[in-house]
Amino acid sequence: MIAFKNVNKSFGKLKALNDVTLDCNSGSTFALIGPNGCGKTTLIKSLLGMVVPDSGQILFNGKSIYNEHLYRNSIGYMPQIGRYPDNMTIGQIIDMIQEIRQPSKPIDDQLYKQFDLKNMAAKKMRTLSGGTTQKVSATLAFMFNPDVLILDEPTAGLDPLASEILKEKIIQEKKAGKLILITSHLLSELDEMVNGIIFMQDGKIVFKKEVELIKSETGEGRLSKAIAKILKSANHV
Amino acid sequence: MYRIIKYVMLDILKNKILLFYTLLLAVLSWSVFSLEDNATKGVLTLLNMVLLTVPLIAVIFSAIYVYNCGEFIELLVSQPIKRTKIYISIFTGLSISLLLAFMVGAGLPILIFSFNLSGLHLIMAGIFSTLVFTALAFLSASLTRDKAKGLGIAILTWLFFALLFDGIILFLVFQFAEYPIEKMMIGISVLSPIDLSRILVLLELDVSAMMGYTGAIFKEFFGTLTGRLFTILLLLLWTIIPFLIAMFRFRKKDL
Repeated sequence: MIAFKNVNKSFGKLKALNDVTLDCNSGSTFALIGPNGCGKTTLIKSLLGMVVPDSGQILFNGKSIYNEHLYRNSIGYMPQIGRYPDNMTIGQIIDMIQEIRQPSKPIDDQLYKQFDLKNMAAKKMRTLSGGTTQKVSATLAFMFNPDVLILDEPTAGLDPLASEILKEKIIQEKKAGKLILITSHLLSELDEMVNGIIFMQDGKIVFKKEVELIKSETGEGRLSKAIAKILKSANHV
Repeated sequence: MYRIIKYVMLDILKNKILLFYTLLLAVLSWSVFSLEDNATKGVLTLLNMVLLTVPLIAVIFSAIYVYNCGEFIELLVSQPIKRTKIYISIFTGLSISLLLAFMVGAGLPILIFSFNLSGLHLIMAGIFSTLVFTALAFLSASLTRDKAKGLGIAILTWLFFALLFDGIILFLVFQFAEYPIEKMMIGISVLSPIDLSRILVLLELDVSAMMGYTGAIFKEFFGTLTGRLFTILLLLLWTIIPFLIAMFRFRKKDL
């Protein structure tokens, strides 16, 4: 469904994406992990067309996304740090995005209700805490029943209760057969959500494996330990 | 697309600076027309004020707005909308708001006190000054990510066209006074949108004779219908070209 073909992107001297080739098909949930600054966010942003790659191709459903915009109808994106116009209220932002997307399917307001955003709809974005901004981002990402969900550090900054609500929602969407891409540093919480791991380092994809395979290869029962083991052995080489 | 324009306009029209700008223009034009008993003289005085303040406010306000729009643009880019549409919508929303302020502040008194061709040309000069300098603000904002730098470039653009350019022309006239440079002057004045707007109004006011021999050449060239259309066409190009360059750069920008 999503395919990266030899994608390169540099910011000055820094090579954020180095010849990335990747295939992701619907029905699977991937965790995109790697150290800070390894290119996770750049990978995600280039898929959304927010960053334009220097070379290579990104295909969505077999079609190049270059200069396209309609494919974004099938994507729900939750940014790492949601940046919204200061003067707009939560209600206005949600209304505006709805007007822009003009959804054909009925909208999904489950998160809107569960996060209790209705009571805060008149609050301006400027006055919101980081966690509340994340709630707005999450609500927008899931609102239009997209086929693909891209979540950049979804639970960072959320309180335990909200975090649990979001995790439940992710698992629910996963069961519905959507392609979900999550970046996170909290390996322990990924365990129940994902069935594949994409590991990046220095702008390269180091491996892409099924969780079960990783666990059996390392002989560890928990994902966090298994990944830690892989990292250790990689550092020793 | 008009939805984005609507949101941009709702956002700007709440802005107090814009209200202040409207009031400033209103005070200027009402006092000018009340002090001068001759409406033509009023138009002439107001022309100089309009050509100084309108570009300044347009260029600074727009540059700041484009930078402050960063979050809004980022939010929209991840949605299914074309980037060019986002940019055109912001430009349209911004210029409509600025034009609205100009029309309420200066356009209304001009229409009341001097409802004739010279008044209409003054309004046209104001409209074009707004559009051209909004486009130039987009261009300066597209050149750098740094807000302070972008704003600096925008102000320098205004300074250059509003003050320095006249100085350069004056310098040229003195240096080459011995040579027949009148035709060349037409070519040079094309390089400044403010001068073009001024020419547009001056010719209508019939005071171009005061500009001497050069003025006569101007009259001969710009006074005709072709000359006037040529001026308007150039002012349109002054709007479109900077905006297109800015949009081209925005299409490839990383957010």
